[in-house]
Amino acid sequence: MKKMRRSAIKAANKELERIDVFFNTYANMSSGLIDPEGIERLCSDVEVDHTDVRILMLAWKMKAEKQGYFTLEEWRTGFKAIRVSNKYALKKALPELEKEVRRPTNFVDFYSYSFRYCLTEEKQKSIDIDSICELLNIVLRSQYQAQVDLFVQYLKTQNDYKVINMDQWMGFYRFCEEISFPDLSNYDPELAWPLILDNFVEWLREKQTQS
Amino acid sequence: MRHSFIEWDEGWNFIQRRMNKLNRVIEGLSETPFDAEDFMMLYTTIYNMCTQPPPHDYCQQLYDKYKETIEQHITLKRLPSLTEKHEEFMLQEFVKSWERHKVRVRRMSHCFFFLARHFIPSRSLTNLEEVGLNCFRELNLRARVAAFSLIDREREGERIDRGLLKNVMGIIVEIGTEKMDAYKEDIEAHLLKSSGEYYSRKALSWIAEESYMDYMVKAELCLRRERNIVSHYLHSSSEKKLVEKVEHELFEPLANAFKQKVSLEVKALVQQAKDDASSNQDFNGAYGMQEHVLVRNLLELHTKYLAFFSDCLIKNYIFHRALRDSFDLFWNGPVAGSLGAELLAAFCDTLLKNDGNEKLSDEAAEDTLEKVAKLVSYMSSKDLFIEFYKKRLIPRLLFDRSSNLEREKSFVTNLKQKLGGTFLTSRIDKMVEDMTWTQDNKTSFLEYLHSNPNVNPGLDFTVTVLTTGLWPSYKPFNLNLPAEMKTCVEAFEGFYETKTKCRKLNWINSLGTCYINSNFESKTIELVVSSCQAALLLLFSDADRLSYSEIFTQLNLDHDDLVQTLYSLSYGKYKILLKEPNTKNISPNDSFEFNSKFTGRMKRIKIPHLPLYETKEVIKEVEKDRRYAIDAAITRIMKKQKVLDLQQLFVECVEKLGHIFKPDIKTLKQRIENLIDRDYLERDKENHNIFKYLV
Repeated sequence: MKKMRRSAIKAANKELERIDVFFNTYANMSSGLIDPEGIERLCSDVEVDHTDVRILMLAWKMKAEKQGYFTLEEWRTGFKAIRVSNKYALKKALPELEKEVRRPTNFVDFYSYSFRYCLTEEKQKSIDIDSICELLNIVLRSQYQAQVDLFVQYLKTQNDYKVINMDQWMGFYRFCEEISFPDLSNYDPELAWPLILDNFVEWLREKQTQS
Repeated sequence: MRHSFIEWDEGWNFIQRRMNKLNRVIEGLSETPFDAEDFMMLYTTIYNMCTQPPPHDYCQQLYDKYKETIEQHITLKRLPSLTEKHEEFMLQEFVKSWERHKVRVRRMSHCFFFLARHFIPSRSLTNLEEVGLNCFRELNLRARVAAFSLIDREREGERIDRGLLKNVMGIIVEIGTEKMDAYKEDIEAHLLKSSGEYYSRKALSWIAEESYMDYMVKAELCLRRERNIVSHYLHSSSEKKLVEKVEHELFEPLANAFKQKVSLEVKALVQQAKDDASSNQDFNGAYGMQEHVLVRNLLELHTKYLAFFSDCLIKNYIFHRALRDSFDLFWNGPVAGSLGAELLAAFCDTLLKNDGNEKLSDEAAEDTLEKVAKLVSYMSSKDLFIEFYKKRLIPRLLFDRSSNLEREKSFVTNLKQKLGGTFLTSRIDKMVEDMTWTQDNKTSFLEYLHSNPNVNPGLDFTVTVLTTGLWPSYKPFNLNLPAEMKTCVEAFEGFYETKTKCRKLNWINSLGTCYINSNFESKTIELVVSSCQAALLLLFSDADRLSYSEIFTQLNLDHDDLVQTLYSLSYGKYKILLKEPNTKNISPNDSFEFNSKFTGRMKRIKIPHLPLYETKEVIKEVEKDRRYAIDAAITRIMKKQKVLDLQQLFVECVEKLGHIFKPDIKTLKQRIENLIDRDYLERDKENHNIFKYLV
C-alpha cells in the first residue's frame, strides 16, 4: 500500500515536472511568462490559428487573467485539469476540451469569461464594437449563426453605441437562448432587455417588413 | 364476542331512522317529541360504532355520512321548496330555512358529538357545526338571483323589503368563515359584475340621449343610491368597491366622450392657427400673431372646461386626466411637450414684457396668468415649460424689459403653488428675488451717493446684483472701462461694502446697458447699447478716426469680442461707425470713423446684441436635467426597496417624478443600464427583469 501511494505521488510529481518543462518551452525567460509570441508558437505546434476558439477555451480552463499571457500558475491549473503535458497530448485533448466547454452549464461561464478576458486595461468595463463583433464570431457564431450575423450587421450600422458592456453582452446570449428566431414571437420589449436589444429587435422587424 | 360488534349497515340504518324523526320534529311534522331517550340511543350507537376495534371503527364513514345527510336534506328538501317560490317569497323561505337549518345542525352535531372528541381534532378536520352550516351555501345561488332582481327593481325606483334583504345578506355573511368567503364569492363578486353591467348599459343610453349636465346629475343620483343600498342591506366592506365600480362605469364613458370633444376643439384651434400662418406650414417655436391667438384660445378653452367640472361638483381624477389628455395635440413637439411649453412661455413673455404686444390692465394680466398657471399644472412636461420660461425671463430681468416686477413675482408664486413644491420654481424665484434686492436698494444707494458727494460720478446709473450660480455663466469681458464708467463701478463697490460683508462683486460687462446721447449732424439720438459698444463709442468723443489697433489697445478686448462689437456698430441696420475700406470683413488694418451723418426717424435706437436662445439647446438642457433626476429617483427608490423588477421601478419613478415630467420607459432603461455600469445596480443573475441595489 505504502509503496503504491509513494509511487503515485512520485508519478504525480513527475507529471508536474513535465508540465513545467512544457511551460518552459514557450516561456519568455526574462519575464517568466508565456507572452503573445510564445502563444503563437504554441498554436503553430498544435496546428490551430491563434484566433481559434479552442485557444480561448484553453485560457478559460487555465483561468488566465491577462489577455495574451499565461503564468506558470495558470498553466499548471489548466494542464493538470486536462491531464496534458506535451504538445501531442494537447493536440489530442483539444476536441475533448471543446466538447466540455460547449456543455450548457460550462458555456455561460465561458461566454462571460471571454468578455472579461478581453478587458485589458485597468477599470475597463466595456469593449469597442469591432472587437465585440470579432469575439461574437469566435465564441457564438458556431451555435447561433443567424443571430450573430444579423447582430454584427446591426452593430456595424448603428450609431448609438460605441462600446458594449457586460450586461449587454450577457443579454445577447440570453436573447439567443430564449428568443424564438427569426420570428421573435416571444420577445417582450416590456421586459428589462438591455435597450440595445430592443433597438436590435426593432431594426430586425423593420428589415423583415421591408423584404 | 363477534355478535357484540355493530355492523355498518345495521348501525347506520338505526341512526337514519332516528334522524328522520329528528327532522320531522324540527319541521313540526311529528307528534312525539325527540326526547332524551332518543338522543341517548343515537349518541350511544354512534359512540359504539366509533370505539369498536378496526376494521369495525366507523369514525370516517360517520363523519362523511353526517355531511352527506345534511347535503341530501338541502338538495332534496330545501332546494325544491325554494325553487317553487319567487323573489320576496323565496327570500322569506330562505330566511326561514336558515333558522331551521341552524337548529338541525346544532342538534345533529350534539348527537355526533363523540366524533368531535378525538377523531376530528386528531385529523384537524372542520368541526361538525361548521360543516353543517356550510352545506347551506348550496342555496346561495338561488338567493342571489332573487336578491339581485330585488336590487335591480329598487334601482328602477320600486320600493322593496330592505329588511328582508338585510336578513339574507346577514345569513350569507354568517355561513362562511371569518373571512366572509361565502359573502365575497357568492354575492359581492357577482354584485360588482352585475352592477357594472347594469350601469354600463345605462351609461350607453345616457351618452346618446342626455346633455353632459343631465348626465352628471343622473350619475350623482346613482352614486348616492348605491351608497344607500350598501348602508341598508349590504355588508359595509362592499361600499368602497361598489362605489368605485359604479363610478368607473358611469364616468369613464363620459370622460372619453368629453376627451374626444375637447380634443376636437383643440385640434380645430391648432389647425386654424396653421391655416392662418401663411408662410410656415408647421409651428417651429417662432412666436407670431397666430401662435399668440392660438395660445389665448386654448387658454380660454381650458378655463371653460375646468369651470365645467367645478359646476358639476366633480373633482374626479378621471375627468382631470381626460382634460389633460385632450390637450396632447398642443403639447406635442420634437420632444413630447416641447412645442406647447415653448409657445406658452412665449405667451407669458408678451404679458410680462414692457413692449409686449398685449397691453393689459393689471387685473386682466393677473387673470390671464392665473389661467396659464392652471394650464401648466396640467402639463406633463412642466420642466420644459420652466426652462423656456427662464430663457425669456432672463432678458426681461437683465435688460430691463419687464413691465412690472410685482407681476413677475406674483406669477412665480402662483406657479410655485400650482406645481406643488419648489423644485422647479426655486431658480426663477430667486432670480426675481435678485431683482427685488436691486430695486429695494435703489433709494438707499441714491442716499449713499448724496451723502458721499466725492464718489458721486454725476451719471444716472443702476447696478443689478446677481447671485452666482443662479444665472447662466456669462463671459466677464476683459474691458478697459472709460473713466466715466469706472467711477460708477467704484461708487457702487463702496456702497455694496456697507451693505454686505465678505462678498466680492464680479462685473459682467457683457450684460451692461448704456444710454448714450449721440450728437449727429441732423439731430441728437439716444443710443441704447451694451457696455462694450458704449466704451467703444466713447473713444470717438475724443477722436474722429481710429485704427483697429488703436481701438484694440485702448479697450483691451479680446480680438473676437472686439470684432463682434465693431461689427454690430458698423454693419446692419444702424451704421454708427464707418469702416475704411468698406469691405465685408473686419481686419486689423481697418480704420473707423464716426458716422456724423447718421440719422433716423426715432429718438431712441436700440442696437441689438445677444440672441434669445436655441430651442434645440433648451431641450437638450432639459433632457440632461431629466437624466440626473431619473438617476436620483432610481437610486433613492432602490436604496429603500433593494430589489425591484423593471415594471415596479417604472411605476415608482413615474410617481416620484410625475410632478416634474413623465419619464418614458426607454429613458428609464437607459439610465438603469448606466447605473449598472457605474456599479449602483446589478441585474439579478436568475431573473434578468429584476434589479438589485448595490451598497
